[in-house]
Amino acid sequence: MIPRHLVIAVAVMLLAVLILGFYAGRVRNRVTELPPTAQDTRPVAPPAAGPTERVTLFVASDDAGVLRAQSANIPLPAARQQRAEELLRALLGIYLGKDSPHVLAPGSEVRAVYLVDPGLAVIDLNAAFANGHRSGILEEELTITSLIQTLTANIPDILRVKILVEGHDRDTLAGHVDLSDVFDVGAVAQVAGQLQGTP
Amino acid sequence: MHWKLRYNQVDAEFTDGKKRARIAGHDFDLSANFILETGRGLVPVASLNYLLPRILGTPVNYNPAARRFFIGSAAVHFTAQLTRTTPPRLVMNFTAPVNPTIATEPGRLRMTFTRQPVVAPGSSTLTFDDKTIPSANYAENNGVSEISVNGSVPLMASFSNDGRTITVAPTPQQAAVPLPAANAPQALSPGTAPSAPSTPPTSPSIVVLPPRHFYAVIDPAHGGDDRGATFNDKLVEKDVTLALARRLRQELESRGITTMDLRDTDSSLTADQRAIFTNTAHPVIYIGLHASSNGKGVRVYTALLPSGGENNGPFIAWDTAQAKSLPISQAAAQGIAAEFTRRQVQVRGLAAPLRPLNNITSAAVAVEVAPPGTDVMDLNLPAYQQNVVSAIASGIAAVRDKLGAPR
Repeated sequence: MIPRHLVIAVAVMLLAVLILGFYAGRVRNRVTELPPTAQDTRPVAPPAAGPTERVTLFVASDDAGVLRAQSANIPLPAARQQRAEELLRALLGIYLGKDSPHVLAPGSEVRAVYLVDPGLAVIDLNAAFANGHRSGILEEELTITSLIQTLTANIPDILRVKILVEGHDRDTLAGHVDLSDVFDVGAVAQVAGQLQGTP
Repeated sequence: MHWKLRYNQVDAEFTDGKKRARIAGHDFDLSANFILETGRGLVPVASLNYLLPRILGTPVNYNPAARRFFIGSAAVHFTAQLTRTTPPRLVMNFTAPVNPTIATEPGRLRMTFTRQPVVAPGSSTLTFDDKTIPSANYAENNGVSEISVNGSVPLMASFSNDGRTITVAPTPQQAAVPLPAANAPQALSPGTAPSAPSTPPTSPSIVVLPPRHFYAVIDPAHGGDDRGATFNDKLVEKDVTLALARRLRQELESRGITTMDLRDTDSSLTADQRAIFTNTAHPVIYIGLHASSNGKGVRVYTALLPSGGENNGPFIAWDTAQAKSLPISQAAAQGIAAEFTRRQVQVRGLAAPLRPLNNITSAAVAVEVAPPGTDVMDLNLPAYQQNVVSAIASGIAAVRDKLGAPR
């Protein structure tokens, strides 16, 4: 004969397991219902905490169709790769902010910057960045030159830059500027010079 | 040892070292012995035409001489018809889109189909009873099929109908032609000694290469599913570029510059196809046309070459094919920009990573046209478009010497 208190204890434990199982199922469904990244309109992640450094951002301006060098003080981590990511996130912060001089699609993000090889940097953009980008040679060129020039002006020894979208190769940013090849930093610097000139 | 196979409920049985096989209950003799090797059964290739239809339940076509093997209805057939126009055009219609490699050589244009199941027409030689394009031949070898079109003048090919139609026609460029000695400069051809009695014995026959024909390729960007920039619900970039291209063609031809449009309909072309067609046509200049709602006036672009792409001997790297011609491209861009400035149209000269500029071997520029004011619909104003294309044509004509084109 099983003691009555044991039967009650087992029944209570079974009930607890059922309730927890039901709760876990609800939580999982809630997670999968989160909107996809492409529609994410939250602002980019806050910059890293810590002491600030003076950097030069190359900011595109749609009104004049030019690139402008702009100094900024932003907190930068010590690691080279994280510094690169924070630099570009600071730049995107300007583009995604109020009174943006060069509007990017909501949810545009730099997913990561990889310094994978001596002299090669890989910038991985998210889908919202590329899919929502305005189409046009000048608009696209301003964006790409701004990213590359900001990166290479502040992180030394980068000679070539490759741009990916969601970790994959992409033919063009928005129908014009070619992303299939590797950018030569010296050539991009010349374009940046042209874009800083009087339109 | 027996080896059994079941596919789609069809049973096949083979015996190691024997020719006799049994497929779906019927005996069949292979052309050589079946071999069992490390767990895999090997059958003679010559028996595939019989074996596979019975196992797969679909027709197969094996041509051992050409080393080509088609399973199912994969073959692409084509027809070739010569239009009696001036100049004549050979129109080839394929049952599926094709993308051959095209090469030209004296007297021939060759289209090579690698991994594309193009098959022979009724006869491997087609004759057209025409002096300019007298015949075409079909051949296949080592898994590759080839159609060669014979011509008495240089030929070029253009694609349409989403890659289902290839039209072969004479290029505007002309081959070497004999000129009367009185008009000829000093160039002597020792291989053409006088033989005709009417030729004075002291005067050798003279053959000269005529100056390079001034020939421009116009490329209205985008087309088909690729709409380019969408300006509003009534205006998209691909339509503006096509309208500009049609006007530019008239402007260039009125200045004695022959043109070829890469598209004259709402058709789709990849950047690679645009570059291949342009490079095959050997123009003096390539002009890509774009439109934008951003800013005012016009931007004239030359190629921004990517990193790498070293040339090896006679082979030119595809991504940096423009490298050698970049200085003349920049000269052309400056000529166009100067003409816009003269007409008081706001203009900028920039380099851009814009395909197919970097893949083109001749001078290549792209022109991005923005509205004259704040209304994007002004991109469609006939007077504005005419002024823009007139400036492009005048700018190019003004630098024709730098482009190596004749007057």
